[in-house]
Amino acid sequence: MALYSEKVMDHFRNPRNVGVIEDADGVGEVGNARCGDIMKFYIKVENDIITDIKFETFGCGSAIASASMATELIKGQPVERALELTNRAVVEALDGLPAHKIHCSVLAEEVIKAALKDYYDKHGIAYDPALFAETHDCEHCDV
Amino acid sequence: MDYIYADNAATTAVSETALNAMLPFFRGNYGNPSSLHSVGQRANEALIAARETVAKVLNADAKEIIFTSGGSEADNQAIVTAADIGAKKGKKHIVSTAFEHHAVLHTLRKLEKQGYEVTLLDVHENGIVTPEEVAAAIREDTCLVTVMFANNEIGTVQPIKEIGAVCREKKVLFHTDAVQAAGHLHIDVKDMNVDMLSISGHKFHGPKGVGALYARRGILLSSIIEGGAQERGKRAGTENLPAIVGMAAALEEAAAHLDENAAKERRVRDQLIEGLSEIEHCVLNGDRERRLPGNVNFCFEGIEGESILLLLDDKGIAASSGSACTSGSLEPSHVLLAIGRPHEIAHGSLRLSIDETATEEQAAYIIEAVKDTVALLRSMSPVWRDLKSGKQQFITK
Ligand SMILES: Cc1ncc(COP(=O)(O)O)c(C=O)c1O
Repeated sequence: MALYSEKVMDHFRNPRNVGVIEDADGVGEVGNARCGDIMKFYIKVENDIITDIKFETFGCGSAIASASMATELIKGQPVERALELTNRAVVEALDGLPAHKIHCSVLAEEVIKAALKDYYDKHGIAYDPALFAETHDCEHCDV
Repeated sequence: MDYIYADNAATTAVSETALNAMLPFFRGNYGNPSSLHSVGQRANEALIAARETVAKVLNADAKEIIFTSGGSEADNQAIVTAADIGAKKGKKHIVSTAFEHHAVLHTLRKLEKQGYEVTLLDVHENGIVTPEEVAAAIREDTCLVTVMFANNEIGTVQPIKEIGAVCREKKVLFHTDAVQAAGHLHIDVKDMNVDMLSISGHKFHGPKGVGALYARRGILLSSIIEGGAQERGKRAGTENLPAIVGMAAALEEAAAHLDENAAKERRVRDQLIEGLSEIEHCVLNGDRERRLPGNVNFCFEGIEGESILLLLDDKGIAASSGSACTSGSLEPSHVLLAIGRPHEIAHGSLRLSIDETATEEQAAYIIEAVKDTVALLRSMSPVWRDLKSGKQQFITK
């Protein structure tokens, strides 16, 4: 289908890092089943580096591809770098998303932040709450 | 396995018969039916013949058929006509249903802004309105009842004849959007007490961009496209003759083979319904029996429809879904919401609409492909995990 780029279709057909980490250091979940998209990320952190990451997604092709791409972009990266990942970077790495699918990349950015916030909280690491101020459940619809 | 097209409710392939009927009208017989010369008059003869063919299939008179650009235009014109007639008598109330096509719903919404009042009847979990409910909704000031013949998403067939009888008794105009029914179900406008009826060429192996509106003799149609005197002054614009001729040929062919085609489709449809029902936590949308012979529609819990479609496309199957992602809006299908499906599962819907060429082998392949697809998507769904672990309650059985 020409709806999506080859990159999106590749990540949709062969999603990287699908699964669950039972003893994750941080878990984040964003989205809402009513809206039709949920992303859940599990991360392992060692010495401030994201050493492992797994995801689960309920959603459309671009939601699955965005989550998959986001895991690739932050795996092996320092926590600080992962926090800087923007939805734009995910869109670019996927060679673009249709306009009405941009919110999927926003969810990917938000789920990383949610997982990292959970990691900070669980490990008693102090952080600037402003870092996570923009995380909300469902910005694109009002259900 | 060759690519399987199971999205015939969206559109169909033009039949050999329809195509062959159309071809002479692009170059050889290209005249304008309004022209006086013989080239024009030859075209006009074809227009007359097409009108008679369509009328005959619907058991109408040729004078009661006007050609339009499709189902949407026919729906718009029928509703605007009834609204105009009503307004002259101070009647500005319309009865319809919650799961009509947007060609009807959006026209009604526009009329609401102009001061009309609209009652949308509940269609219940089985997707069928009752004549009693229609009767109860009709008021002194009701000028129109418009209820679709068969629903385009879940395929449920409405008791049109009985609703028509109620409307006759109460002296209210009755329109039905028969876009999904024409060529697939028997239609007799006289026997069914129908005042106006819409059809669309591309849903029964005719071309796209052409349709027809039946309006019972005595109903003064309001024109919604102004201009020349075509279609007895009720629809301006040089007739799309190749399309009109193609639609008439397709309709005639579909009507001639209706029972035989329906029986074939029903067999494959039932095989699909039985096979897909084996998937855990799914639900069939629409009444099990009173549905179009080619319609199958399920919701699968814990997954989203667009992903299902993309994976099925990879496996060589064309289908459709009522998820928000496929509707291009933020809401899942209004039809699935109207039959009471919660948003969570309405997103996970799959519609398969087969035609008479579908085979049992294809159905078997589709069933396996859907089972694999649902299992794969559930294996990566956090919702499914929560449902399985008991953290969330299943909605379906
Ligand atoms: C029930 C129903 N009504 C109206 C229409 C609109 O028909 P058309 O595409 O010819 O405008 C459709 C087709 O999409 C339909 O399924």
